Amino acid sequence: MKRFFHSELDTLKSQLILMGEKASAALRKSARALSEKDLDLAEKVIAEDDAIDDLEIQIDREATRYLTLRSPVASDLRLITVAIKASHDLERVGDEARNIAKRTRKMILKKGAIGDTLYIPEMAIMAEEMLRDAFQCFIASDAERASAVLSKDEEVDALNKANFKDFIHKAKNDPESINLYLDLIFISKSLERIADHATNLAEEVIFLTTAVETRHQN
Amino acid sequence: MMAASQQPDLPDGPPDPAGRDYIRLQDYSFFYGANQALDTLSFSIPKEQVTALIGPSGCGKSTLIRSINRMNDLVEDVRHEGDILISGESVFHPHIEVISLRKRIGMVFQESNPFPKSIYENVIYSLRVSGVRRKSELDEVVERSLRAAALWDEVKDRLYENAFTLSGGQMQRLCIARAIANEPEIILMDEPCSALDPIATGRIEDLIYELKKHYTIVIVTHNMQQAARVSDRTAFLYMGRLIEYGETESLFISPRIPQTEAYITGRFG
Repeated sequence: MKRFFHSELDTLKSQLILMGEKASAALRKSARALSEKDLDLAEKVIAEDDAIDDLEIQIDREATRYLTLRSPVASDLRLITVAIKASHDLERVGDEARNIAKRTRKMILKKGAIGDTLYIPEMAIMAEEMLRDAFQCFIASDAERASAVLSKDEEVDALNKANFKDFIHKAKNDPESINLYLDLIFISKSLERIADHATNLAEEVIFLTTAVETRHQN
Repeated sequence: MMAASQQPDLPDGPPDPAGRDYIRLQDYSFFYGANQALDTLSFSIPKEQVTALIGPSGCGKSTLIRSINRMNDLVEDVRHEGDILISGESVFHPHIEVISLRKRIGMVFQESNPFPKSIYENVIYSLRVSGVRRKSELDEVVERSLRAAALWDEVKDRLYENAFTLSGGQMQRLCIARAIANEPEIILMDEPCSALDPIATGRIEDLIYELKKHYTIVIVTHNMQQAARVSDRTAFLYMGRLIEYGETESLFISPRIPQTEAYITGRFG
């Protein structure tokens, strides 16, 4: 029996999917702004973050309303708790993309050569794939595929560590460019955090579809 | 110490064209002998919405709902002060006929109370009493009312069976169909689900959601989750006074009065 208020859950899912698309687009654009030294695109990512923030507030409000008025249980309750957590993860993804765009803008405006970004482009591609996969699993309620997202996080962590080591080494050999290497280290760290948020999303999808807790297993 | 009540959210004056004060209580008090059950209530109930009345036993919810269709007239040694207006007209005006008033205001009670007659006869009982005889007209009313009460598909092949063969939830929906048969403007529901299981309760709640598209519904319920699920506005009463009244979402998420918060969170008393 479908109750009159169950359609509100479909609306909530749609809002989450929209937020996921916006957060993924922000990541993709910020990575492209860096690789193509595109100032306009960097500015666009910074400006568009407000829309992601607004969606987080909207989703939280709708979830709170549903919790209060509809007395959800079982999978409906899990969806509500996941929506609140996932919207926070996606808001953080948007913030990290904005941070990447801000650092990119700073580097472009300094007019110096950005130089070798090492594994940053590869990390951006992987992080975006993780986000996309986590969301496709959310749409399809596919816990099995969501588990595959978790393993990719270690690869992104490893690339971040390699970046950190190499950028520190470069900074030691080129102290005048230390600010540039610090920006690149922070961008690498932002991508590593985005992968962490994608991992959280995948764990939330697993909990939503199976009610099995997979957080903090390692 | 009683918290200050939230009194009317609309000013005095002619009826609001948008129907926000479709039912208006003006300084309405009600007394059983020397006991005051309702204390100067002033608030407005909007048209084609669901308004829930909540509060502990004895707070005056049922007295209030029974004042709207003057059911309390049947009780001995009672009196009221103030007024209740529907579309700007007092229900106590001398030219108002109580029978006509009750046709405009259907009522559904805690225990379903079908007559010991067929499903068909239950629905058209008041029409028969009014002298309607034409079979085609009665058939049309039966189908329309049972469809509106979400019962038609379940009983269309057994209309002439005794109403007591129905389940508890079906009997309650039959009583709603019987109320709808009169084409009322308002439906009063006094704990309509308290005797039903969760599935039947869910069906009645879904039905309430559909009915509000055409009717103004006032529901008394002890079940706060039910008030939250089905109503657009909620009034919290305590000891005959209106403590807080507003949109259900606001009242349940961020009540303004500490006493309301205590009641809806179960910290009352």
